[in-house]
Amino acid sequence: MRANSHRERVYRTRAIILKRREQGEADRVITIFTPEFGKRVIIAKGVRKPTSRKAGHLEPFTHATLMLARGKTWDIVTSAQTISSFRALREDLDLTAYAYYFSELLDAFVQEEDPHPELYDLLLDAFHYLEQSPNPALTARWYELSLLKLAGFSPQLFQCVRCGQHLQPETNYFSLEHGGALCPRHGEGEAEAQPLSLNALKVLRYIQSQPYAHIIRLQLTPGTMRQLEKLLGDYLRFLLERRLKSKTFIHLLRR
Amino acid sequence: MHGVAEPIQRLIDALERLPGIGPKSASRLAFYILRMPNDQVQDLAEAIATLKEQIVYCNRCQNLSQTTPCAICSDPSRDQHLVCVVEDPLDVVAIERTGVYKGLYHVLHGAINPVEGIGPENLRVDALLERLEKEPIQEVLIATNPNMEGEATAMYLARLIHPKGIRVTRLARGLPVGGDLEYADEVTLSRALEGRRDI
Repeated sequence: MRANSHRERVYRTRAIILKRREQGEADRVITIFTPEFGKRVIIAKGVRKPTSRKAGHLEPFTHATLMLARGKTWDIVTSAQTISSFRALREDLDLTAYAYYFSELLDAFVQEEDPHPELYDLLLDAFHYLEQSPNPALTARWYELSLLKLAGFSPQLFQCVRCGQHLQPETNYFSLEHGGALCPRHGEGEAEAQPLSLNALKVLRYIQSQPYAHIIRLQLTPGTMRQLEKLLGDYLRFLLERRLKSKTFIHLLRR
Repeated sequence: MHGVAEPIQRLIDALERLPGIGPKSASRLAFYILRMPNDQVQDLAEAIATLKEQIVYCNRCQNLSQTTPCAICSDPSRDQHLVCVVEDPLDVVAIERTGVYKGLYHVLHGAINPVEGIGPENLRVDALLERLEKEPIQEVLIATNPNMEGEATAMYLARLIHPKGIRVTRLARGLPVGGDLEYADEVTLSRALEGRRDI
């Protein structure tokens, strides 16, 4: 605790608002993601009153500069100033649904007080891209693969994860447990492995290796989009051992 | 807690289940109740006991009420063509306090919150759609909270209601009375600029 007493009582940080819940009469407990400290849970007092000076700067998806004072349980927001509100994400329901999903996915992958500046930049990029995305679902697939890469769970898509042989241009398999593709010889025996069409494999490799500006220009059939979404969704659920709640809302809107 | 008679401990345990009440507050309240005059304690006990029995959901607006339909729904002087959609019963109280609104209400009992897993199926959305089919409603005024969850709910409802050819409006958003321009966030301020009025 000695070291803590030397820390400054008030500090400044940039942050993205991941989620929040109501607390007491007029307060909110907010989960933020910062470049320096990673994920941190803080409290904003009085922000549910209409005259709050901070409330508008602490809405989900907002990128803001915060001043925080050290508190016993949670640090307390003393002031907040928006850097970017990503307004387009708030005014289109489909984009809102994806922005919730992006936030929840990142929240699920990071631990509190574990700094990850690359993931911070990734989420900011993802929100920027999403604002003007001609294909939000494809932006989401890019985000998922980029996040997996930074979190150290990038799926192996070039060699069979069992025998190391280069994958041939044919229908291969994808193993959630092994975190990558299997050649037909090893995939057929694996009960949990699912077939991976050549087309889907190519697209996955492309998304994994190319810059976003190229990826978003891809014209994919609805069938391929569904395959990619299912495969990555299954893989993420396997890694996180739970289903992401915001995914349900995206599906609901599509109906 | 050791050394506390069982009936007191039972009350402490019950009070502790309330939000914002910890073990210390619970015991303080329990001992306070113990020292209260008998008739006040009876009053409190009765109020709690009858709460669940006497309060029902109005089958029309879904608000909490003693009767169904509730007093507002059965008041013929209210504008039957206008329905105001709110998140909570307390929002009805707030709007009624203004004395400006003369239409009907519909209470959703929450707002869409995808990360908490709260979707339209957890809200009274179906009941609203049913009303739009049955009642002569011409305008739906969406008065969910002006935060992300409230906005998502409003956008979702608008998407469902627009195809029915019914007018959908949203409570205006702008600067609060007693607020300070320099502290306004850019979303509020840009909406206030867009919604400017002649004076």
